[in-house]
Amino acid sequence: MIDFVGKKQWFFLISAIAIIVAIISLAVFKLQPGIDFTGGTSMAIKFTPQVEQNEAVEFQSQLREEMSSFGHPEAIIQFRKESRDFFTRMKLVSPEEVNELTDVLESTFDRDVEISVPLEVSPIIAAKTAGNAGIAIIIAAVAMLLYIVWAFRRMPKPFRWGTCAVIALAHDVLIIVGIFSILGWLAGVEVDALFITGLLAVVGYSINNTVVIFDRIRENMSRSISPDFAITVNSSIVETLGRSLNTALTTLFVLLALFLFGGATIHYFVLILLLGVIIGTYSSICISSQLLVVWESGKWGRLSSWLPFAKRPAEKSLK
Amino acid sequence: MNRKNIGLLILILALFGSALWSIVPFNTKLLGPNGLTLGLDLKGGGQLLYEANLSQKDPSVTDTEAMSAVVEKIQRRVNEFGTTEPVIQRQGTDRILVQLPGVKNTSEAISLIGKTALLDFREQKLDENGQPVLDAEGKPEFKDEPAKATSREGREEELTGKYLKSARTDVDPYTARPLVAFEWDKEGAYLFEQITGRNVGKQLAIYLDDELISAPVVQEVIRDRGQIDFSGPTPLEEAESLAIQLNSGALDVPLTIIGQESVDPTLGADSIQKSLQAAIIGIILLLLFMLLYYRLPGLIACISLGIYGVFLLAIFSITSITLTLSGIAGAILSLGMAVDANVLIFERMKEELRAGRTVGAAVEAGFNRAWTAIRDSNITTFIACVVLIWLGTSSAFHASMVSGFAITLLIGVALSMFTAIVITRTFLRLIVAKRLMTKPSAFGMSQ
Repeated sequence: MIDFVGKKQWFFLISAIAIIVAIISLAVFKLQPGIDFTGGTSMAIKFTPQVEQNEAVEFQSQLREEMSSFGHPEAIIQFRKESRDFFTRMKLVSPEEVNELTDVLESTFDRDVEISVPLEVSPIIAAKTAGNAGIAIIIAAVAMLLYIVWAFRRMPKPFRWGTCAVIALAHDVLIIVGIFSILGWLAGVEVDALFITGLLAVVGYSINNTVVIFDRIRENMSRSISPDFAITVNSSIVETLGRSLNTALTTLFVLLALFLFGGATIHYFVLILLLGVIIGTYSSICISSQLLVVWESGKWGRLSSWLPFAKRPAEKSLK
Repeated sequence: MNRKNIGLLILILALFGSALWSIVPFNTKLLGPNGLTLGLDLKGGGQLLYEANLSQKDPSVTDTEAMSAVVEKIQRRVNEFGTTEPVIQRQGTDRILVQLPGVKNTSEAISLIGKTALLDFREQKLDENGQPVLDAEGKPEFKDEPAKATSREGREEELTGKYLKSARTDVDPYTARPLVAFEWDKEGAYLFEQITGRNVGKQLAIYLDDELISAPVVQEVIRDRGQIDFSGPTPLEEAESLAIQLNSGALDVPLTIIGQESVDPTLGADSIQKSLQAAIIGIILLLLFMLLYYRLPGLIACISLGIYGVFLLAIFSITSITLTLSGIAGAILSLGMAVDANVLIFERMKEELRAGRTVGAAVEAGFNRAWTAIRDSNITTFIACVVLIWLGTSSAFHASMVSGFAITLLIGVALSMFTAIVITRTFLRLIVAKRLMTKPSAFGMSQ
């Protein structure tokens, strides 16, 4: 039998490193908030005749100058190869200003200009969206904590079960947010309302996995398969391992196909789900139940419960 | 037991038949008589979000009354604009969401829909001697408040656009400029007669939303007809917008645009096609895996997943839930959950078989034991969905994306519990009862 519980310090170490990296990355690179959260206008500027690849750089720098003199030095301008147009993001621009800008650009570049506005969000709405997103994740976590406490109410100290599940959940969310802050730094990936949707789906999935294992621990405890809680937990993890991996695999098949071949609009959304399934499966097998073991054994406050190599009294072997 | 299972089988088949019937393509539409309702991100179009300044409403009406009046007027404007199946929704207390499928350039729509379009007339300012007050450029100045006259009931009333019977665009035969011709209702004509009567030979200014449009000289007393000429060169579209706005009536509260979103229809179509292809590849892999790993139960799971898919599409088609790209992602994720319920049960059955039970006992024990795990894990997903739906309705923007995902996931997860617990179980029980398959190897067990 694989000893998942005995290796817990190693899992804790791996997760701790991942979380520290995530926190550092968040502190250094932060997240790139999308228009959903900052407010502003995004525009697609299309020239006729079309801008060729070799002209793009020249057009882009000239466009930047025009934007600055138009009162929007903050505008971010990108050339999009597929559609051969320029995608810009800036502070809120009124429809009248868009018309004005069209005229200005037509006269500077001497080409027909068509500006469309794919997204515009006022800063007030944006601030509210960002606030709601934070509240949503907290509400979801608290609601799940309460549900687990209720579902495991016949266990001694059900609050611990709920807390461990929610810690595992926070672990998953934190690592994914960290990865997106690195992606934001590397590739300018932005965080929008869809990102929050993805995170909440991950929250649901992660808890789902943990609950399946907890459910087995609950059953094995009532059958009293071992007086040692650690052994009971380990058997439960091993017994549900087939299910955990198969479910993750089947979901991964579909998500991977969507990620590789699906539409561009949901690319990063699918990536969140993909990461969520992988990290959520890991944390449910390697973190949540192990936390419960540490807590139940009363060694919550001892460093030796958390670090590998640390000196600790011989533990019972599971073999 | 057996009779009950056959009864369930008949029920499942009947449900399946009607679900299949409801999604049979009757015409060119996508699936079923009504077709699937696609969101803007899939079929393309524009979405506008307005905020109403309720502090400026008429104090005698409630917020709700003022907002419904505005929504109704926007509806009229949008209908004139000529898009198919527009959606106009009040969101929260003071927001209005307008969805215009197929509209590529939203800038024209924004000014047409959101303008208050309050029309009024203003008389010249006069000094103590009754002479017109002139500004620095020698142009006459106008009073700050709209011209008033005595109504037929003897009250002092401002003459505004609300007394208009109709407005339409026309072209001035002499200047070839567009103009808006209007006609007053009885009350309006009564007021207009008095106002023009006392201003013959003077300029009477036409104001729209406190902005001067033009100030023609009144030639004679006018009763029920008039026209608005524009002082500068004006495109015909602007005149048309004004006619539409005047016909719909001025908005009861001023609106400001606080967000807009538009999706190129071709981009949406491309996205949906790619995503559907990807989903099909993923689902085929998933079914192959189930079949190879779980053998007979895997086959049954594949069949019940097929039924699940048909049910899901039937629900989308019948309830006209708006499907967005994220909604499709939600549906696919729920498919994963549906598979998970089956996997939980089959893993349990394998364990029971390993413990030396007969196939029949293993099937029953597998379902019974897996139930608490399926229930508890799905309820947590429900909780996430409910929070998401709340987030979707409260954050207004990208709302269709967030709630679209949550609603399809919620329906999908509920349906997945049904397929796993009812459909898969009935099939397995019937097969076991008919002794079609009693060897554990059919369940992927190596003796």
